[in-house]
Amino acid sequence: MSQAAAVDPHAHGTHAVEPVENPLTPDSGGKLGMWMFLAADAMTFGAAIAAYGALRIGNVNWPIPSTILGIPSTAVMTFVLICSSVTMVEALSAIKRGDQQKLKLFLGLTILGGLIFLGMQAREWTHLIMTEGLSIKTSLFSATFFILTGFHGCHVTGGVIYLITQLGKAMRGTATYAGIEITGLYWHFVDLVWILIFTFIYLI
Amino acid sequence: MAIAASSDHAEPNYIAIFIYLALLTLIELGVAYAPIPKALMVGALVGLAWTKAVLVAMYFMHLRFERRTLAVMAIVPALLVTELTFALLPDLSTRIYAHTKVIRALEKDVKGENPNAAELP
Repeated sequence: MSQAAAVDPHAHGTHAVEPVENPLTPDSGGKLGMWMFLAADAMTFGAAIAAYGALRIGNVNWPIPSTILGIPSTAVMTFVLICSSVTMVEALSAIKRGDQQKLKLFLGLTILGGLIFLGMQAREWTHLIMTEGLSIKTSLFSATFFILTGFHGCHVTGGVIYLITQLGKAMRGTATYAGIEITGLYWHFVDLVWILIFTFIYLI
Repeated sequence: MAIAASSDHAEPNYIAIFIYLALLTLIELGVAYAPIPKALMVGALVGLAWTKAVLVAMYFMHLRFERRTLAVMAIVPALLVTELTFALLPDLSTRIYAHTKVIRALEKDVKGENPNAAELP
């Protein structure tokens, strides 16, 4: 592993400061930062899901989710998010090849997938609140449902905003492989968490 | 800037991974509605969910092509959360036992069979 270039503070001239390599992700320091953030976020989601499981197992009156929640529409939401993950990796593949047009196309499709997911989530929430009369304080079931899906929805919203900024950079021609890769890591994490939420809250 | 280390590998077949994920989702739906024992259903769904999660992490997030110490950083939260779930079980089992005991006492009382009023809350 190469050594980081040292900078003599007393030297004269215009020497650029070489970034210190990190052994985990030598090609991108930002990638290590994103992985660390995702590890922390995984702990947050994991604790929330574990708490959900604990509350559910300890409560014999827990309703059967399929009797209240819309499983088919949620399955479509899951499929949409998986498709958006595919378009995200295709965007990364495009910038690796230097294909700016495909990069912009696939970033746009990923954003579209995220917006469709959020729209369907909003529709589900509206139905549950207005028609079923559920709220965050109605029962443990509704409280855990709204908190978990709402927390995830906030992550998707942030991810969509993040993707829009990357699309803006792509349109200006300033997007980088490292930047798109890091964005992809966040987006795939959001998809991964939804896969688990869909299973534990909707199906089981 | 050159695209270095972790991207110097053959790209996975993303469409194949997508097909696997879609099929696993369909299988999950089938298992959820199948007339099978609850324990079997839960086990199957958890297994399918983790399989999908691993596919996303390994191939979409390129964890398969990263250095192993980075994979450790990604795996540790999963292990800790699993440990947290099992750590809560002693508390849960106590609550389930107490809850079941109270329900049985109430049922006996309704039938007029409970000689021990102390079992009631």
